[in-house]
Amino acid sequence: MATASVASHSDAAHDHHDHEHHDNFITKYIFSTDHKMIGKQFLVTGIFWAIIGGLLSLIFRLQLGFPDMSLEWLRPILGGWITPDGALDPEFYLALVTMHGTIMVFFVLTAGLSGTFSNFLIPLQIGARDMASGFMNMLSYWFFFVSGVIMFISLFIETGPAGGGWVVYPPLSALEQAIPGSGLGMTLWLIAMTFFIASSLLGGINYITTVINLRTKGMSFSRLPLTIWAFFLTAVIGLLSFPVLFSAALLLVFDRSFGTSFYLSDIYIGGEALPNTGGSPVLYQHLFWFLGHPEVYIVLLPALGITSEVIATNARKPIFGYKAMIISMLGITILSFVVWAHHMFVSGMNPFLGSIFMFLTLIIAIPSAVKVFNYLTTLWRGNLIFTPGMLFSIGLVSFFISGGLTGIFLGNSAIDIQLHDTYFVVAHFHLVMGSASFFGLMAGVYHWFPKMFGRMMDARLGYIHFWATFIGVYLVFFPMHYIGIAGFPRRYYSWTGFEFTNMYTDLNLFVSVAAILTFAAQLIFLFNFFYSMYKGRVATLNPWRSNTLEWTTPLHPQHGNWPGEIPSVYRWPYDYSKPGAAEDYIPQTVPLSATPESNLPHEQELVKLEKEIIADEEAVLVANESTNS
Amino acid sequence: MYGFLIAVGTLLLLSIIWMVYRIQTLVSVVKGSDKKIASGSNKINALMFVFFLIGATILMFWYSIKEFDNYQLPIASEHGVITDQLFWVTMAVTGVVFIITHILLFWFPYKYQWKEDRVATFYPDNNKLEVLWTIVPAIVLTFLVIGGWRAWSDITAPAPENSHVVEILGYQFAWEVRYPGMDNTLGEHDYRLTSATNVSGVDFTDKNSLDDFMSPVVVIPKGEPVLFKIRARDVLHSVFAPHMRLKMDAVPGMPTRFWFTPTKTTEEMRRETGNDEFVYEIACTEICGRGHNAMRKEIRVVEPDEFRKWMSEQKPYIVNNPSLVEGLPADLKELAEITISEHK
Repeated sequence: MATASVASHSDAAHDHHDHEHHDNFITKYIFSTDHKMIGKQFLVTGIFWAIIGGLLSLIFRLQLGFPDMSLEWLRPILGGWITPDGALDPEFYLALVTMHGTIMVFFVLTAGLSGTFSNFLIPLQIGARDMASGFMNMLSYWFFFVSGVIMFISLFIETGPAGGGWVVYPPLSALEQAIPGSGLGMTLWLIAMTFFIASSLLGGINYITTVINLRTKGMSFSRLPLTIWAFFLTAVIGLLSFPVLFSAALLLVFDRSFGTSFYLSDIYIGGEALPNTGGSPVLYQHLFWFLGHPEVYIVLLPALGITSEVIATNARKPIFGYKAMIISMLGITILSFVVWAHHMFVSGMNPFLGSIFMFLTLIIAIPSAVKVFNYLTTLWRGNLIFTPGMLFSIGLVSFFISGGLTGIFLGNSAIDIQLHDTYFVVAHFHLVMGSASFFGLMAGVYHWFPKMFGRMMDARLGYIHFWATFIGVYLVFFPMHYIGIAGFPRRYYSWTGFEFTNMYTDLNLFVSVAAILTFAAQLIFLFNFFYSMYKGRVATLNPWRSNTLEWTTPLHPQHGNWPGEIPSVYRWPYDYSKPGAAEDYIPQTVPLSATPESNLPHEQELVKLEKEIIADEEAVLVANESTNS
Repeated sequence: MYGFLIAVGTLLLLSIIWMVYRIQTLVSVVKGSDKKIASGSNKINALMFVFFLIGATILMFWYSIKEFDNYQLPIASEHGVITDQLFWVTMAVTGVVFIITHILLFWFPYKYQWKEDRVATFYPDNNKLEVLWTIVPAIVLTFLVIGGWRAWSDITAPAPENSHVVEILGYQFAWEVRYPGMDNTLGEHDYRLTSATNVSGVDFTDKNSLDDFMSPVVVIPKGEPVLFKIRARDVLHSVFAPHMRLKMDAVPGMPTRFWFTPTKTTEEMRRETGNDEFVYEIACTEICGRGHNAMRKEIRVVEPDEFRKWMSEQKPYIVNNPSLVEGLPADLKELAEITISEHK
């Protein structure tokens, strides 16, 4: 086995060397099969979508915070969606909410986060030349791109984009008579999501295969960085749950276009009784949330993985409870599939199911709590360096706590009766899933920027960006808890129609102003990102003095990542501040036999084994050399 | 003119920011602080966490206390007292965790900020600690879940026999309220019978429907169980009565229900809140289209006697609109005519 793998590695290196010279602009930047370039493509596309998604939210925040403001100045962009008296059209308001959710959840936090970092980091951190299938990987990006193009077009059509909320519950999403967005806009939504699901599956299969099959010598599962564990489990969740969304969408297509009644029953709309009977809208909700809930963890786990890596590196301390972290993530992965119906406590499903799902839901809080305590203990007695990546990671932990705790209210079906579909829910998931994942994305960008572009981002701008965003996010979402406890329902164009919601105009105004400022703070990031790409300070090879394998590549790794042999791995990735060691970090490529002064007793045992393996390998190398020449 | 001035101002501001940025970059290169592991900013960032912790805590407590009466809606149902109690117990438990974890999260960065001469403690694991903080949350959560489960089971249990039935039908964009009349049994319905004069699609060939009547307001008695039978005829809606702590989706093709016991009449609530215009309201909380935010219905809670009096004064559908019973079989038509004449 050893012989085969070493031989194939050197062959691969040789092939790539030949290949480099034939790269032209199109194969290098557009139809690239290099995982690093694909990762960057996902990142830049994700940033584009984040800007669009953010701007959409600002438009509806203007409506909520300044209901009397004339939006006439938006007419050049929105045209007919601004009513003659200068207000936002209520149906377009719903479309904005829908598109904001769809774009942020799928295009930014799934593709932008998983797509970027799974692609970029998996081969680099496990010691592989590329993904298992570079071609499928390229397809994954281009399916995503096509999906994005279709979704983007749907923003501009006459009847408007889909407007039934990002969950697109039928019958609203199935009946054109109910809301104009359920016409062509919804068709495009369904087509776009189909491409997106295909993209996710192509990517996910690749991530899983790569992690299982292409780890370098010595990189056992128990030596994988937590980032890779997170990406791996995320891909598993996606692979098992996205097909269910596809089936939900497919049945919806049938109901919309071919007269079936999977979700439709007993409907009288627009002055006529429809022939559909026997369908169940609740069926759709079950299918949707079977993806929808795991989706929460699809966006969150990669962020937690990135955070684990960034916190350990910058605390100069091993992550506390490496095994417990993995077990928690495994627990979250499994449990994420059996909690979906907590989104449906008051959907009319059997209340007995409600009881079951309440128990299961609160179980999933336990591994999440373990992760928080482990992060805190990792910080404890560390030697903390506040790089922008580290700041964003600490911010993530804060959001994860704040948003996670409100999940305990919502997971309790008795309390959920009042809070369901109010702003309390909006506050909850924007903190725990939206902001936490976004901060994971930011932490990752700041941390791995030097590896992506060979230059450093400006740290001071990073600090300003962090503090503005961190404070801003809390100012936007914390007040929503109060509004939610007061019972303000979600997706309301205006609250003046009810006595009980005819207040808090001041708080809503405050939230809107905070949202605009927080969005503006992202311009600092955009400047820093694009400017540093070309003009940033040139990075050193291992700027954060980190242990993982990606920092052993050249400053600008070519396709194939390592110019010569792929390095072997001899230890776990968290040997920071090991007693006895000269430096406060020992990269994974340093053999245990080279560090007798810092080895722990059980590691000393492994040294002998390690020496035998090294001797073996050298023999093979010598043999290879002689046959080649 | 203003546009021009704003453009110039923005340009100036941007160029100043740009210059400051360049200067500080050059200064840091000259000082060599970009070569250091942790520059002076490290201390500032560490301090910022502490400031944030103190500032945010003060703001949170100040606002939560000041606004309490605004966001805490008065409760007007029996089960609402229990769910609110659960809410505040959960708030207390999670509040303590929230504050402790955040103190640690923001104090550690200050306490353990980078120092050249210190080495971090190599502390990779401790299984006892892991077990401890797996079990403790598990126990606490078990208590919370059991409380919630008992309340949920009671709330969703079948409605008592003597409940007053009210049917609430959601459609774009209003609620139609139907009462079963003196027999307390709603007549059958069929969505295909829906028309402008028969919004709920009542089937008048069922004799139970002959005394059914509609009402512009949901009138219910205080202290007696009320059962909402909830339907939708076009898309999903959701009945939300915030003061009753009541919410249930209205689903086309699948009737749902929610029963509860109101505890305060509208009059009592007006006195309690000091607001003469106070009304109980129903809102829609499932996105349903253009008028989603305008599906308002008033609930009027009255004393039981007043309720019975009100019930007896209401006129059935067929009295207000005798054309509904045209074309019925002879025996039913006779019954219908008796009902109509009784109410004349």
